[in-house]
Amino acid sequence: MMRRLFLISVPYLWLLALFLIPFVIVLKIALSDTALSIPPYTPQIDLSAGWEGLRTFFAALDMENFVWLTEDDLYWKAYVSSLKIATISTLLALLVGYPIAYGMAQAPQEWRATLMMLIILPFWTSFLIRVYAWMGILSQEGLLNQLLMGLGLISDPLIILNTNTAVYIGIVYTYLPFMILPIYSALEKLDASLLEAAEDLGCSRFKAFWLVTIPLSKGGIIAGSFLVFIPAIGEFVIPSLLGGSSTLMIGKVLWEEFFSNRDWPVAAAVAVVLLLILIIPIILFQRNEQKQREAE
Amino acid sequence: MKTQILASTAAFALLAGAATADEVRVYNWSDYIDEELLAQFEAETGLKLVYDVFDSNELLETKMLAGGSGYDVVVPTGTFLQRQITAGAFQKLDLEQLPNHGNLWDLIKDVTAGYDPENAYSINYMWGSTGLGVNVGKVKEILGDDAPLNSMELVLNPDNMEKLAACGVHFLDAPSEIIPMALKYLGENPDSHDKDVIAKAEPVLTAVRPHIQKFHSSEYINALANGDICVAVGWSGDILQARDRAAEADNGVEIAYNAFAEGSLMWFDQMAIPVDAPNPEGAHKFLNFILDAKNMAAASNYVYYANGNIASQEHLVEDVIGDPAIYPDEETMSNFYITTPYPAKTQRVVTRLWTKVKSGT
Repeated sequence: MMRRLFLISVPYLWLLALFLIPFVIVLKIALSDTALSIPPYTPQIDLSAGWEGLRTFFAALDMENFVWLTEDDLYWKAYVSSLKIATISTLLALLVGYPIAYGMAQAPQEWRATLMMLIILPFWTSFLIRVYAWMGILSQEGLLNQLLMGLGLISDPLIILNTNTAVYIGIVYTYLPFMILPIYSALEKLDASLLEAAEDLGCSRFKAFWLVTIPLSKGGIIAGSFLVFIPAIGEFVIPSLLGGSSTLMIGKVLWEEFFSNRDWPVAAAVAVVLLLILIIPIILFQRNEQKQREAE
Repeated sequence: MKTQILASTAAFALLAGAATADEVRVYNWSDYIDEELLAQFEAETGLKLVYDVFDSNELLETKMLAGGSGYDVVVPTGTFLQRQITAGAFQKLDLEQLPNHGNLWDLIKDVTAGYDPENAYSINYMWGSTGLGVNVGKVKEILGDDAPLNSMELVLNPDNMEKLAACGVHFLDAPSEIIPMALKYLGENPDSHDKDVIAKAEPVLTAVRPHIQKFHSSEYINALANGDICVAVGWSGDILQARDRAAEADNGVEIAYNAFAEGSLMWFDQMAIPVDAPNPEGAHKFLNFILDAKNMAAASNYVYYANGNIASQEHLVEDVIGDPAIYPDEETMSNFYITTPYPAKTQRVVTRLWTKVKSGT
């Protein structure tokens, strides 16, 4: 019994230490007001005053910052724009990632480990350096434009860097492995005899793919999509390095609140709302995982 | 930017280690010192110097107000310094540890006392103005020989900007400097803290926004020098550095710095010691080293900014002390204006306006 309790408590302790406590701290800041002090918000908990201190502390908290978020359409637009960019990037990653995963699963057994290695290899280089490399590729004097102009395909350089296109390229590139790996693991387990059976029963190869392979890899597709969508929506580094000043994403707005306005409470409120938006897909993701496990 | 991120990463790695008493950590603006001075400081004092750079007051202020930055010396601009002093971010200087303090220039001290009463918390490092960097040849080619090279008309009049756009125009990414400039252009008080007055800057900036290639506070040095852009609204010394780099490269690019005839913002970068500096004694040693007449002169000779050190003037090269773009004559001086820090509520209005101008939302 004790052992069981202990085993169950481990993930909950993990959740408490790495999610709940940080969240409560952020929420507390979101309910405070800015102040010119170190740290730049008020009230602070005054433990020396005992219960009285706690009471004045809670009395000073209010929802003002959340109300503020509804008053300026910047935040609303930034959330919507982030959702849009994350959704499109996820679809693109799926379009690119599925054929790669399929190809890997079809490859001879002895190649698979190597192919897997190739997918993981980019992680050995710093993420920041890889994004910088894209700046070198996409800029007006960059490799891509030089190549296209050298081949005579275009006469004027394409303007890609500092646009949303560059942001999509950056996100799809960065998160592609997270799409490929779960799909690959679903496809690898696929029983080839099911496809034979489908063809025996009169399915064309394409139809068999559509009716058998895709549904059986659904779990991988869903898992991969969430793994791309969730980090993409709050992405900050990629839009700030590859995007232009018209790229509106919530991560950048949060940065501005924090660094330009020095308004930690509003920055915290933006983060809390972002989390609430993300909780829905996260819960859906968890449900999907659970269903998968139950099915197995 | 790249070196900056690498530098900050390195700084972070270092901060993760324990601070030691024989180490001084300085956080200064990018392209703002003769790097030989850094080696010289280490040789003279036997202290190890960790030197990191930034290019935005906002970034520095966030670090200061978060506390525990781990730096011993930082260099905020006057207005930001004033606000951070109020927040309790700095410690008072111990003049006993600064025997070179007498080298400071009273004329500058009188002005900086407006930000830091009695100059109790800071020493002036350098000062300058915000004005126009122009690629003289190209701008004249586009706008003719009578192009307004020293006027806000060049960068705030959409007609001129439309023609210059293809050649490239950069603005500083510094709302606290560009918004006062737009207000000055309209004949308003540039230091206004009135929401309605500040709002008037928006249409002026929005009108030229489509023709501005980038808002950035350090890239324009190289961009001007290489001839990648034609005009930059930037800081005096940075533009003069661009002028020099172009001259050295001998690439046919001629860069000039002009203060605005309408009046330029004058600013003062002040060295101060954070209240939680790990090594305040080492910090004082660094300040005293900078206050040394010859060292300060070496720094100014290298970065083309005027300094607040009267004793250094005899060691300045003629290119610096004799250049009215660096040490302006009295008439130009009287045309300069200064600003005071925005209160938090006004700051929000300013940042919001800035986001709106930059992103159109």
